[in-house]
Amino acid sequence: MSRTTRPAVYLAALMLVGLMLGPVIYIIIGGFRTNSQITSEPAALPDPWVFGNYTDVLTGDTFWRQVGNSTFAALVTTVGVVGLGVMASYVLARYRFRGRGAMYALFAAGLMFPMTVAITPLYVLIKNLGLINTLPGVILPQIAFGLPTTIIILVPFLQAIPKEIEEAAAIDRCSRLGFFWRMVLPLSVPGLITTGILAFIASWNSYLLPLFILNDQEGFTLPLGVQAFASEYSVDTAKVLAFTSLSMIPALIFFSLFERRIVGGLTGAVKG
Amino acid sequence: MAVTEDAPVHRARLGGGVRTPPPVRPRRRGIGWAQRLEIAALSGPAILMFVGFVIFPVLMAAYYGFYRWKGFGPPTDFVGLDNYVTILKDTAFHEALWHNGQIVVLSIVLQGPIALGLALLLNHRMRGQSVIRVLIFVPYVISEVIVGTAWALMLQTNGAVNDILRTIGLGGLTEDWLANPKIAIWTLMLILTWKYVGFAVILFLAGMQNIPSELTEAAAVDGASYWQTQRRIMLPLLGPTIRIWAFLSIIGALQLFDLVYIIWGQYVASTAGTSTMATYMVTEGRNAGNYGYGNAVAVVLFVISMIIALVYQRFVLRRDTEGALTSGR
Repeated sequence: MSRTTRPAVYLAALMLVGLMLGPVIYIIIGGFRTNSQITSEPAALPDPWVFGNYTDVLTGDTFWRQVGNSTFAALVTTVGVVGLGVMASYVLARYRFRGRGAMYALFAAGLMFPMTVAITPLYVLIKNLGLINTLPGVILPQIAFGLPTTIIILVPFLQAIPKEIEEAAAIDRCSRLGFFWRMVLPLSVPGLITTGILAFIASWNSYLLPLFILNDQEGFTLPLGVQAFASEYSVDTAKVLAFTSLSMIPALIFFSLFERRIVGGLTGAVKG
Repeated sequence: MAVTEDAPVHRARLGGGVRTPPPVRPRRRGIGWAQRLEIAALSGPAILMFVGFVIFPVLMAAYYGFYRWKGFGPPTDFVGLDNYVTILKDTAFHEALWHNGQIVVLSIVLQGPIALGLALLLNHRMRGQSVIRVLIFVPYVISEVIVGTAWALMLQTNGAVNDILRTIGLGGLTEDWLANPKIAIWTLMLILTWKYVGFAVILFLAGMQNIPSELTEAAAVDGASYWQTQRRIMLPLLGPTIRIWAFLSIIGALQLFDLVYIIWGQYVASTAGTSTMATYMVTEGRNAGNYGYGNAVAVVLFVISMIIALVYQRFVLRRDTEGALTSGR
């Protein structure tokens, strides 16, 4: 925009970052303090710095098991949501058929179905399928509930692929499915990454569904683990802070690696 | 979403030279078996998953809502509309509904302008821009459980927030942020804004980058100031993005559960004045063992969301989704 960036802009940006990060830094630094330090001066720096809270968490196997569970659930959910989502979006974006509007409306209406509304019947359904206390019991509903957002984002994306490309492909005797596989998928990679990251983060952070489905500590994902840890060690605030800050690291790394692709994906393929 | 306004840009750029009308394709008239098979194969799995794990459970919720049911075995004690009558008469539900209403309005009023300002700020070319962009989304990326746990610790009466206020000489401002019913809802709004403003910024930024820079450059050449450009060009062109964001925000606010439940727990939320329809549902339904009643609350919550969403789509989103949601007719 403006060619010279004024100091005021930097100052505003700096304050903003401070506000956004303050609480996060509080959690991370709090993990380096002892409980008596936290009680006597809640908002001070560690004095001295203690590393015991972090090493305790990192050497126990609870944390790592939960990281494994969360990673597995998030990866499978992401692959499922993006795979099924892009196939359905392609149909909605590039085929003309009766019922297309109804199909789009069906998925769009899904935005209005919070998992909260369906959680009790979902629990019964998962129980009947014998999937209670298993990660697939969490993954399957997550894929289904992730589809509306994915489809709503991807349909305009796929519609934006110019007709000319499709016609050129048709002239070259490329079937519609071939066009999907060879042209649409590569062209929509930014959109796929955007929706994939949204699905991954949603799964990584999901709380209500695992709360109902996973009752066994062995199968806990990180959010359940954090809550269980927080109530189990409710007097040990420092350790809770250490556990909490460690559990947000994977999502943060994942996000910062792909942040460019998120904004880029929403911006569209041509400009990227 | 932001990409909706992307389409014209794409076409204008890629198809700019070739504006000849596309040749009429014979397959338009009727679709053959091969194509039907493709449609079924591509969309079938998604539809099956969606119907099985979203539509079917929601319908079951409506069914269970007519029963007094403790969650064991099939429901047998049919009570008709009794559950619904109880809900609509319960003052605790009225309060929850009122809180949801406040959260819907305040979320848009608070987060909209803030996010717009931040997106304008981050749309500047400046050093450290990409780092700042990552950092601003940090609260959005970390889970509700972590956000709730951390804020609950910081906002205790003897927590970090009050300690900082005392240290900088504003001891008079210390409050019982979580329990005082007069301010608890504002505390909640503060946390919600902190957590979700990043999402609005991400959408607005994407929308802004979709606006061809030729437009803003042309305005600059014509002598428009920075603010004039933003107001006359950016804002109007960002309209569709803002309206979609507001829609998502409204739906999210109506269904708010995690943060309230984690910070205020199941009992305190109603006395602190932060209970929502969803926390009411879990507290009165699952936690009280009244699964039938909980499902009836779910249905009420759904109907309210649905009505608001339809009204919003009818009157606000109509222009943006024309040809998307309505093309079936």
